[in-house]
Amino acid sequence: MSAGGHRTLILGPETDGRAGPLLRHLPPGAAVRIVDVYTTKDKPPEAFARALACPVTQEAVPEPPTFAWAVEVGFLPGVADNVGATAAGMLEALGAAQDVYFSRLYLLSEVGEAVARSLLPFLANPLIHRVTIFNNINSFSAFLPVVDLDCTGDASACVNLEVSDEELSLLSSKGIENRGPLGLPLPYLHTIRDYFRAEGRKPRDIEVEMLAQSWSEHCKHNIFASPLDDDVPDGLYKHYIKRATQDIRAAKGERDFCISVFTDNAGGIAFDERWMVCDKVETHNTPCSLEPFGGAVTGIGGVNRDIMGFGLGAKPIANRYGFCFAPLEAPADYYRDLEGKIPVLSPEIVAEGVIHGVEHGGNCAGIPTPQGFAYYDARCVGKPLVFVGTVGLAPRTIRGKPAHIKAARPGDFIVTAGGRVGLDGIHGATFSSVALDEGAPATAVQIGDPITQKKLSDALLEVRGRAWWTSITDNGAGGLSSSVGEMGRDPGGFVVEMDKVPLKYPGLKPWQIWISESQERMTLSVPPEHADALIAHLASRGVEAAVIGRFTDSGRAVATWEGEEVLNLSMDFIHDGTPTTPLTTTFTPGGDVEPKARTTNMGDALLDLLARPNMRSREAITTRFDHGVQGGAALGPLQGPGRVSADATVIRPLFDSTTGVVLAHGLFPRYGDIDTGAMAAASLDYAVRAAVAAGCPFDHLALLDNFCWCSSTDPARLGQLKRACAALYEAAVAYGTPFISGKDSMFNDFKGYDASGHPVTISAPPTTLISALGVMPDTAKAVSLTPKAAGDRLYLLGATHDECGGSEYYAMRGALGRNVPQTRLAANRALYADYSRAVARGLIASALPLGLGGLAAALAKKAIASGMGLEVDLSAVDLSPEKALFSESTGRILVTVVPAHDAAFQKGLANFARPLGHVSFNTDLHVAECLTLPVESLAAAYR
Amino acid sequence: MPHPRAIVLAGYGLNCEVETAHAFAACGAAAEVVHIADLLAAPENLAGAQILAVPGGFSFGDDTGSGNALAQLLRLRLGDALAAFHARDTLTIGICNGCQVLVRLGLLEGRTDIALTHNAGGRYVCRWVDLAPEGASPWLAGVGRMHIPVAHGEGRFVLAEGARPHVALRYVPGQSGGLPHNPNGSTDDIAGVTDASGRVLALMPHPERGMYAWQRDDAPERGPNVPEEADGMRLFRAGVAYFA
Repeated sequence: MSAGGHRTLILGPETDGRAGPLLRHLPPGAAVRIVDVYTTKDKPPEAFARALACPVTQEAVPEPPTFAWAVEVGFLPGVADNVGATAAGMLEALGAAQDVYFSRLYLLSEVGEAVARSLLPFLANPLIHRVTIFNNINSFSAFLPVVDLDCTGDASACVNLEVSDEELSLLSSKGIENRGPLGLPLPYLHTIRDYFRAEGRKPRDIEVEMLAQSWSEHCKHNIFASPLDDDVPDGLYKHYIKRATQDIRAAKGERDFCISVFTDNAGGIAFDERWMVCDKVETHNTPCSLEPFGGAVTGIGGVNRDIMGFGLGAKPIANRYGFCFAPLEAPADYYRDLEGKIPVLSPEIVAEGVIHGVEHGGNCAGIPTPQGFAYYDARCVGKPLVFVGTVGLAPRTIRGKPAHIKAARPGDFIVTAGGRVGLDGIHGATFSSVALDEGAPATAVQIGDPITQKKLSDALLEVRGRAWWTSITDNGAGGLSSSVGEMGRDPGGFVVEMDKVPLKYPGLKPWQIWISESQERMTLSVPPEHADALIAHLASRGVEAAVIGRFTDSGRAVATWEGEEVLNLSMDFIHDGTPTTPLTTTFTPGGDVEPKARTTNMGDALLDLLARPNMRSREAITTRFDHGVQGGAALGPLQGPGRVSADATVIRPLFDSTTGVVLAHGLFPRYGDIDTGAMAAASLDYAVRAAVAAGCPFDHLALLDNFCWCSSTDPARLGQLKRACAALYEAAVAYGTPFISGKDSMFNDFKGYDASGHPVTISAPPTTLISALGVMPDTAKAVSLTPKAAGDRLYLLGATHDECGGSEYYAMRGALGRNVPQTRLAANRALYADYSRAVARGLIASALPLGLGGLAAALAKKAIASGMGLEVDLSAVDLSPEKALFSESTGRILVTVVPAHDAAFQKGLANFARPLGHVSFNTDLHVAECLTLPVESLAAAYR
Repeated sequence: MPHPRAIVLAGYGLNCEVETAHAFAACGAAAEVVHIADLLAAPENLAGAQILAVPGGFSFGDDTGSGNALAQLLRLRLGDALAAFHARDTLTIGICNGCQVLVRLGLLEGRTDIALTHNAGGRYVCRWVDLAPEGASPWLAGVGRMHIPVAHGEGRFVLAEGARPHVALRYVPGQSGGLPHNPNGSTDDIAGVTDASGRVLALMPHPERGMYAWQRDDAPERGPNVPEEADGMRLFRAGVAYFA
């Protein structure tokens, strides 16, 4: 970082939309002016300021206008400065190329120092930003955040593993020369030591770093792979998840719609004869806890690249999101350090940053974000759970060959394309695999650059059909060491010339280049005869690409630096050398006594329930995500004139086909407090049911599993995990809905201190998110949740039991209960099959799967969506009104039916339909002998 | 059947080129998606076209102001070709980010008194709106009211003092169910403007996302017995029909 330089100041208007969210934190009468600051080493031509300033709303000024307090927020050296890069491009277009550094100056009027300082958490994050606050213009000085690395010293160093176990443990937690954690358990370090004894030499730093990446929990999923107890010798993943898919595919035979499961960056199923659709859901919890915006942008960007790297390349057609935050109004009085200097970010700041990040990442990339949820649990205060997913579309064949099959061949060039490599995200993979505590490395956090990635994605899709590459994958966790290492498995080796990798700035060591997680990069294997054409095409689209080595069949992973070998490992050792660690588990069900039954004030209870964060409309989030781009929104996230948030959406990705992709999800973290098996089954059931309710045929539906667990070395937590996995196997096989992709995040524990310096551990609740991906032949058959006309019949499909345990209703009453919903697989399967046939015949006017809040919430949502009242009689539900209204029994769908279709409907769903009443001619939700509420009051509580 | 050639720009963060090109093709135009880099390399390509569309997206990530960097690039590298194109009897349309680009380009007639800025609410907004046309742009001949969506963070029209824009579209009350009919605080409810000739239309809402009945937010309520085409398609039909 160096002082000096020239600033171009662009002053924004007095009424600046960007200031709106800030003004909410300021006293009345306060004002904010925003100045965009472009700092350059040399004075740019006058035309630069003219090009930057909008002639109506902005003005280039020599000095900022007067202010009481000012805050300048710029980036720390090396953090992606996208605005600076764009401005540099504009300057280059003017024939005066030089680097530009962007910062923003907030000028506050009628504000004192304390208020000004209270804004800082909303304006900047010290992990990535350089922040100055001042009340005197003389303190406003130009700064050039130039990265200046020490370029001296050896390119690589030897690591001594012939030391005591204590020293090895220290090496694992602090890293080589305290560079950051390796996260290698002691048995792993012993295995590495033994390997190098046999090789007859000491390991080099880059070799240990690569093994730490490749063997990390993040990359290798050791917990899901380890033998468990006596009955799961093949590990949870193979025993439950993968086996479920194998059994389902075998049973389906000719009707199997899976194309690519578990082996690729995403899972893929058939869309139609010509196309396949793929899906991947990731988590980015740790980065989002530290830098919510950057963590979310890079999360979305990363999972977009999984789709770009599915098969020979797919086009992202939809993003998914899922947030588990602490309640926004809850204080977060926790610290990462004993001294209380590093506070945990408040839930409000985490939520705003994450939502903004998903917005920015998806919207800028031109990918619609229709599908997702927000869920609130106080235990997410230290680590939010942030799910991000992407759905893609790809041709089934390219030049007559299956497009989901890819393999690098010996002799193929290794080509890296997209962004350049810097120090960003080093140790991201090992870091996210350990519980979060103080000493989190700042380099683990990045901002992301969606436009660079969009250019890369567009440019690759433009030439995908030319078969210029034999394999493609993204650079995510572990960077090149993972992408090249994984791609090198097929040919059986590689040689990388580390000095050929394009860098953001000089001075990086080989180990840093090898494991850097700098964003927006894909790695391709390219037959030499196509390399020039590919690189020239990418260059014409403003995308940098370079040949950095070639694949071999030597059985060795080799890397050189300026001609000297710095890495030489056996491929087999990298991929299969991990020692297995048998694990043992215990399980005790949770749960509490059932609270005392209530018989009165059901109406008030419903209004209170609808106003809870987990129940309310997601419109404020949904409308920030572009869910209409690409023009395929057939059934959107907000439904009916009353705009109720839906848990299933349908997109039609091709204008020349009526075929649609159905997306849904399910998660019920609180059920896990009683029984993680019930939680997992309910999640799967809801995802399937929401998709089927929206019109997805029950027999063309696949699933993705995401586990967010905590303290995953604790046998009790592992026991909960095992029970969840076993339940998923049973449910998936019963429904015939195969898992095609999944991901786990095993250590969602915050370890820190409370305000008085006492150590605390706060673990996010064990959570299974199931995402559903289905295909329906005609989106015109999609069923919305909105009742269509007064007089339509109202039915509840499926049985209601006394199952309020873990429900939102009990949570509102401060109780947990015991009777957690049990998912009755055989009955549900029969219902969904019959229901699918009824949809195909056009018999269902509207449908809503029952979830949190049970029947009461479902009735309210139907009334709010349509603006019409409902006349309801609960006598067909054989329970007390309290349980009938608020039980969260799974397997239920609330439907309306046009009178003309009533007979056919009753015949088709005779085993499951319980008549409840009809859509009324007034605007009250009336449940006989229970409650009467105007739709407006329901809507007011819901919004 | 009229058969004008329509060039739909792509690249550098634009992202609505596929659906926009589809709209023109569905109306009988010969629609072609052209990467901006390719057009800069061969500006003469414009000479053979009758329609130029700058679609929606996030060119250069909205950095330095939405549409700003792309407008500068087009002005510096394609200024003469664009002037020549506009001097002929051609049509130009900018949708959303394309609207921001065209406004920043002075709607090809050197105007500097109209601008787009951040939504008054300070937030990106993706929702449906209702629009009423006015003026005599060929793009809106016979189009009437439209129910189509917006999706933008900087869609608020602001005017320099005394500016008199050629307003083509305004946000009007309709089906917005309790939401303000004007989604972004735009001055005088302006949703779209034209140049003096009316042949250059810049609008923030997305007609290509409301060209078919199945795309509409109220499609489930309207049921199956409605015409396949929806409001947005009329705008593209009007543009293509201009060359009949």
